[in-house]
Amino acid sequence: MARKIRVLVAKAGLDGHDRGAKVVASAMRDAGFEVIYTGLHQTPEMIVQAAVQEDVDAVALSILSGAHMTLFPRVLELMREKGIGDVLLTGGGIIPKADMTALRQMGVGELFGPGTSTTAIIEYIRGAAPGGAASRSAKAGSAR
Amino acid sequence: MSLVENGAPEAEALLERVYGARPAAPRVGVTGPPGAGKSTLVAELALLLRRRGKRVGVVAVDPTSPYTGGAILGDRVRMSELSTDPEVFIRSMATRGSLGGLAARTEELAELLSGWGSDITLIETVGVGQSELDVAQAADTTLVVLTPESGDAIQSLKAGLMEIADVFVVNKSDHAGADQLAAAIRSALALRPKAPWMPPIVRTVATERRGIEELHEAIEAHRAHLAGPKAQGGRREKIRARLKNAIRERLLEAAWERQGLGALLDRAADQVLGGTVSPYRAARDLIERITDHGERSKN
Repeated sequence: MARKIRVLVAKAGLDGHDRGAKVVASAMRDAGFEVIYTGLHQTPEMIVQAAVQEDVDAVALSILSGAHMTLFPRVLELMREKGIGDVLLTGGGIIPKADMTALRQMGVGELFGPGTSTTAIIEYIRGAAPGGAASRSAKAGSAR
Repeated sequence: MSLVENGAPEAEALLERVYGARPAAPRVGVTGPPGAGKSTLVAELALLLRRRGKRVGVVAVDPTSPYTGGAILGDRVRMSELSTDPEVFIRSMATRGSLGGLAARTEELAELLSGWGSDITLIETVGVGQSELDVAQAADTTLVVLTPESGDAIQSLKAGLMEIADVFVVNKSDHAGADQLAAAIRSALALRPKAPWMPPIVRTVATERRGIEELHEAIEAHRAHLAGPKAQGGRREKIRARLKNAIRERLLEAAWERQGLGALLDRAADQVLGGTVSPYRAARDLIERITDHGERSKN
């Protein structure tokens, strides 16, 4: 059977505004993705364990609290530690341009601000997370 | 796991290696109407098992949209407490098309979790459509979760949901109507022919962690029953059904690929759309092509 793009959508940190994340998650579902939605208040550890267990192609974080300069690097670090550094880390929220650039240089993917169309996000993930899950498990030869 | 879910060619060798490497972990299916508290119950059961030092696997099944092929898998939301425990492995699974054989894929994921080292695997699915029957097929013990709010629904409960239950759970049993619901289940059960296993009814309030111990005892009791002589027939029947499904799926897939049926299907759909052929006729023609080919390749 054809493989599906699997995306983890998580609200990292303390802000409780999940409207945006839900809208994006629904749009991804409508685009044929399998979206694993974790809900609010996720720690980087929770996010990365979920990403490993769910064997996702991309992790999309929604951060509106201003803590993006802490949370994105921490998630990225844990992803590399757990051997899923090749999975796309992307996201969105209220993030200044300069911070977006800084995070990109660290290895985070494209980040999206307010007003982005869901189509743009979906197209980006389609392009940037190709075939990750299946080929990775084959390489690792693990039961995951 | 993705390899197995995608039906990748390497998947079978992988499963072959895992199967029998460890004794299979018992599988507990959890199903019921939306909002019955299945995810919360699964989380509480998993926490209880963790306190007893067990490794826990969870397969959480959610429906795929038949229109877009996408899915939102949201069961992790209620399982936050488990989400950093390395001894708990949660895997969300979308039902995908019915052609994929949900029961088979559920079983395969459960086997992989067994290979990972789970002592028990909990399989959760919403009891609408067909998925609960597939999950019951894949599980050793099936819990059907109802709430006083679904009291009315019991009248209209699909026959299937009543028959697959090994244990009934009346969740949210602090709500009004719990007694009536339990009584309704009991009378529905009384109408059934006598069987070696009578499903017990356990009351829980999952959000307050009440009744979880009792539920666990009921699951253990059913497990003990399964190990006994009276259950052998049922287990054999399940294995038989599993083999039958596996064969049907492989035959279908082989025929599908050999004939390039996808392209033929497109053409037939166009013909039906154009009104030149009826769908019955189109399906019959396609079947003839497959079987014809099968006959010829034998000679």
